[in-house]
Amino acid sequence: MPIEAAEALAGKDLLGIAHLEAGEIQLLLDTAEQLLEIARRPIKKVPTLRGMTVVNLFMEASTRTRFSFEVAEKRLSADTLNFSASTSSVTKGETLFDTARNLMAMAPDFIVIRHPRTGAPHRLAREVSASVINAGDGSNEHPTQALLDAFTMRRHFGELKGLKVVIAGDIRHSRVARSNAFLLGKMGAEVRFVAPPSLLPVEVESLGVKPYYRLEPALEEADVVMMLRIQLERQKKINFPSMREYFDFFALTPERLSMARENALVMHPGPMNRGVEIDSEVADGDQSVILEQVTNGVAIRMAILYQLAGGRRDAHAHS
Amino acid sequence: MTRMLIRNGRLIDPSQGIDAGMDLLIEDGHVAGLEERIDAPPGTEIIDASELVVAPGFIDMHAHLREPGEEQKETIATGARAAAAGGFTAVCAMANTVPVNDDPSVTRFIIEKGREAGGARVHPIGALTRGRKGEALAEIGEMAREGAVAFSDAPLALTNTLLMRRALEYCRSFDAPVFVHPEDLLLSDSGSMHEGKVSTLIGLKGMPAAAEEMMVARDLILAASTSGRLHITHVSTRGSVELIRRAKAEGQRVSCEVTPHHISLIDEDVAAANYDPRWKMNPPLRSREDREAVLQGLYDGTIDAIVSDHAPHHRDENEMDFADAPFGVSSLETAVSVAIDRLYHAKVLGITQLVRLFSTSPAEILGLDAGSLRPGSVADITLLDLGRRWDVHSAQFISRGRNTPFEGVALRGKPAMTIVGGRIVWKN
Repeated sequence: MPIEAAEALAGKDLLGIAHLEAGEIQLLLDTAEQLLEIARRPIKKVPTLRGMTVVNLFMEASTRTRFSFEVAEKRLSADTLNFSASTSSVTKGETLFDTARNLMAMAPDFIVIRHPRTGAPHRLAREVSASVINAGDGSNEHPTQALLDAFTMRRHFGELKGLKVVIAGDIRHSRVARSNAFLLGKMGAEVRFVAPPSLLPVEVESLGVKPYYRLEPALEEADVVMMLRIQLERQKKINFPSMREYFDFFALTPERLSMARENALVMHPGPMNRGVEIDSEVADGDQSVILEQVTNGVAIRMAILYQLAGGRRDAHAHS
Repeated sequence: MTRMLIRNGRLIDPSQGIDAGMDLLIEDGHVAGLEERIDAPPGTEIIDASELVVAPGFIDMHAHLREPGEEQKETIATGARAAAAGGFTAVCAMANTVPVNDDPSVTRFIIEKGREAGGARVHPIGALTRGRKGEALAEIGEMAREGAVAFSDAPLALTNTLLMRRALEYCRSFDAPVFVHPEDLLLSDSGSMHEGKVSTLIGLKGMPAAAEEMMVARDLILAASTSGRLHITHVSTRGSVELIRRAKAEGQRVSCEVTPHHISLIDEDVAAANYDPRWKMNPPLRSREDREAVLQGLYDGTIDAIVSDHAPHHRDENEMDFADAPFGVSSLETAVSVAIDRLYHAKVLGITQLVRLFSTSPAEILGLDAGSLRPGSVADITLLDLGRRWDVHSAQFISRGRNTPFEGVALRGKPAMTIVGGRIVWKN
């Protein structure tokens, strides 16, 4: 059965969840469901993007997102180019637009961009004809992560509507938290943000979430507990006093997890700080779907490329 | 003797309480007469000002002309001519040049370049502290003697409170106003837009209103205790307006200004601009409520002046992402038009109030012999065509800075002619 390629996303960019409609999210999740099967084949490759070029432009360190995209691109038979740069060379000399012009000279069909600054993919998208996929921009959005998280939740619970999802950690700097809030809100789930207010953005309710300043009350009846990486280097001991204290009050421990629903999922976008935001017993426990998230990430990124390409070639034509 | 007669205009001069159809005669660069009807002696240059407002020359108290040091962004010549094209007969050059204008030789250089420019008069503002480092007082008296009209480290605020106190005290000897940029840098924490609902929604780091208001409060307290001449630049929040209103009600001698962008744009416009840094400025575009408070402050006289805060940048800097791009708007050539469009035509202010904000009050704040058309005054005159409709095209700017959020915007109202010392320096 061929995968439905909707007109809706063909030739567009994927800059953030904020710009997506519920129907488009649904389509991407459904597409990923069908593409997940490819990973179980002996030859994990389909010709969908044969002859198409994808530039992976990573202006900020990333291992798993970059690998995940590369695997997705290769399984769809795209030609890939990897361009990594420290931002300093960009901010001090070449402008973002120079980079864009240089890339377009190579005539790519897709540009996957990770950038430390909010809005860089949006600016790039207006300068290039390729479809731009945001692989994380500053503290703004990480749409492919939110999609793979939602995909993982939907595979376990059947639907997203009505789920109670706890997201805890450095929310203020987290593009993962923001994209998840946008996506889950659009799909009818309840999102609870947990952090001391020093790690929350102002007027956080405008994101459609319920803020909690302590983890325990947020865990009541929770279906999903997503822990975010605490970035040690960002804190300077201004936002909270110490890792020890953070662990004592905000980390997900087996005791705290038992306050959530019995079958609650434990998620983490990685990389984890074991013993800071999450106890190893929980991270490696039965309720953890952290590695499943990684597997699903490939399927979601394939689904995005597939739909933005307009389903160029039937993914099931060869196997 | 050279004579010029400006005929049939609507003459508005708040310094004399005039709003009437009058002819204005200029002789040898000075206002020679104001009458309902003046018959020109032979050999007089006649300017027909029918349908135009004739006002004392507009004075822009706050512009960054970039020279010396950053001539790729602007020069004193292009800046002074852009100011003239924007309806200003005088423009103040902020001290944040390279080198900093913290030395009388730099002050003199700026004045000389300004004279050669043939545009608006250029009045230097000297640095308050050496190198704008906030550590030691600059040679304020030496610069004042050369012609610096005010002192400021803008767009930096002094973090050293004792030094701020001493600066306010010391400037009293030279009767010079201290222009402060109210921003607590620790609190604004490298943010790039107003902190609030919109910054949270679009994921840009915010600069809270408190960062501005705390410094407004601090400087009001210090000015009150020192009797210093405090001028607060680009007020942008409701809290700042309220603090200044209260200080004035208590009889404190303080003045403040706003920019055309803060009266016309808000943080929601930043969101709509999709991370385009032409909407990035410091102070940032604030909330709808803040703008309302600023308009109220203009209406009730809490706010004394409108300035361009002209901050031209090179186009390369506009090609950066929002957070890395520099703050500022190239606004000499749009400031007066935006104010006419958004204040006069929007029925927030009358034309007399507008002339006061652009001319009478700036002259008073700076202690300049300007801002009046009394007979005997220097003939610095701004002519306005209130009904003229035009679209902003930065490619036509005289300024080297093309960074404007008003690109393509249709405005009603435009300067028609700028006269400096009886000489037409720009005409539309």
